[in-house]
Amino acid sequence: MKTENNRTVLTGTHFMNGDIACAEGALAAGCKFFAGYPITPATEIAEHLSKRMPEVGGIYIQMEDEIGSIAAVIGASYTGLKAMTATSGPGFSLMQENIGLAVMTEAPCVIVDIMRGGPSTGQPTLPGQQDIMQAKWGSHGDYEIIALAPSSVQEMFDLTIEAFNLSETYRVPTMVLADEVVGHMWEKVVIPPAEKIRIVNRKKPNTSPEKYLPYMPDDDLVPPMACFGEGFSFHATGLTHDEHGYPKTSSSGVQQKLVKRLCEKIRKNADKIVKVREFMVDDAEVIVVAYGIVARAALSAVKEARKTGIKAGLLRPITIWPFPEKLIAKIAEQAKKIVVPEMNCGQLVREVERNVQGTSVVFLSKLGEDPHTPMEILEAIRRNC
Amino acid sequence: MRVEVRFAGFGGQGIIKSGIITAAAACIYSGKNAVQTQSYGPESRGGACKSEVVISEEEIDFPKVTSPDVLIVMSQHAYNEYAEKVTPGGTIILDPDMIPHEKKLKNVKIFRVPATKIAEELGRKIIANIVMLGAFSAVTRIVDKESLKKSVKTNVPKGTEELNLTAFEKGYQYGEKLLKS
Repeated sequence: MKTENNRTVLTGTHFMNGDIACAEGALAAGCKFFAGYPITPATEIAEHLSKRMPEVGGIYIQMEDEIGSIAAVIGASYTGLKAMTATSGPGFSLMQENIGLAVMTEAPCVIVDIMRGGPSTGQPTLPGQQDIMQAKWGSHGDYEIIALAPSSVQEMFDLTIEAFNLSETYRVPTMVLADEVVGHMWEKVVIPPAEKIRIVNRKKPNTSPEKYLPYMPDDDLVPPMACFGEGFSFHATGLTHDEHGYPKTSSSGVQQKLVKRLCEKIRKNADKIVKVREFMVDDAEVIVVAYGIVARAALSAVKEARKTGIKAGLLRPITIWPFPEKLIAKIAEQAKKIVVPEMNCGQLVREVERNVQGTSVVFLSKLGEDPHTPMEILEAIRRNC
Repeated sequence: MRVEVRFAGFGGQGIIKSGIITAAAACIYSGKNAVQTQSYGPESRGGACKSEVVISEEEIDFPKVTSPDVLIVMSQHAYNEYAEKVTPGGTIILDPDMIPHEKKLKNVKIFRVPATKIAEELGRKIIANIVMLGAFSAVTRIVDKESLKKSVKTNVPKGTEELNLTAFEKGYQYGEKLLKS
């Protein structure tokens, strides 16, 4: 897509691909720093931002690799900028160690993973949903992150903004977990006027610099964040640290307090974070749980099933992490069967199974060139109604 | 009604671009819903490549093509792969110079457009895809001519608009001629 202006928010109706919509979403959210290393199928995000960042007074850096990219993003975040990187599976693997650093130092940042087929370099140009568990568990230690799964080009725009808002609210790395189809697909996107877009900025300290403790949380378990250069004493270390930000590596009390808070600031706020879309779930006996591009095949299948009198429904988690546990448990009380199609060998289905006592869960795997067709999901619905 | 169009050839022929131009024409300039998806190999240039467009008055749930109403095909390899997957009663638009070996197909309408040759006559082989788009517009009427022309104009590199519109017009005229014959 060509742009010839320095507007941050390109208000209007556009025909663009998912990657470009993601890049425009980042700009609309106030992102002023992108560091990345090109990789199919996420390259268009970097390419587009390499043009757009200079137009809006932001910074674009092509780094030497993905380890450097996430490191630069974390550094930019410490200085107060909204920062993002974008990659695919192989690069996402390289980023994992520093994602832990972002979690530990509570650096708000957005990491976009346009999932292709893996493991390893796998299928560069083809879709997958194989990084679902890696997004949650990829770095060592105990932690929580937030991950969102868009299903359309419009959502690539909307959910990238949402990812920044959540990241800033909870001071946590937030991931946009899209698949190659959504990233490369071209569709209509409506970008609203800037004043209609909800933007959240990180909390700033309301104490004097002398009294500021960079890791002292408020009641919501999130500490206000001073940034380098703002006159406050701000520390960042990957080591276990106390409220001052100083390493305290041999105290079980400090470790417990810190790590539990890092988990609980997300877990205790899960009801506020979690978003799902439901379609004809109310009276459904067979409920499909699907996300990303697969959810669109599932929606089509559910509509077809309804035409033939089958009581089918769709629950689409928009928030993958934290997983919508309560909502899944609720639908399991009414559904006879839950069908989970995924472009992997069984990842989110484990979370579904963990939360549905007694209701049988049918997993539908698809690997390779295309996502499940509506017909494949419809057949699974028919077999299980 | 849902209409599915598949463009196929090899990487570098503008296959993906053709899909984007068509979908944008339907969506932005004709007020319909449209979505374009693509599939290509890691080698990008020279590898197998397809680009798919779904056009509908209604909201499009599944964006991929499962049973194409129209196949626009520009390589033998892609022809071999996709010719038999066209919906019964559907349409194939092919470049006969790129596809010397045709199968015996039943229940499809076939239009042979020497797009690469026409493009070469215009001085740029690379605009063969736009010649095909012109022919597609003339023989199928799925997307109207003016919308497609507007979309061609906004989606090709600056400075090449006139050349591309000429290519489109040549393809359109060739398509109309085929319809009458």
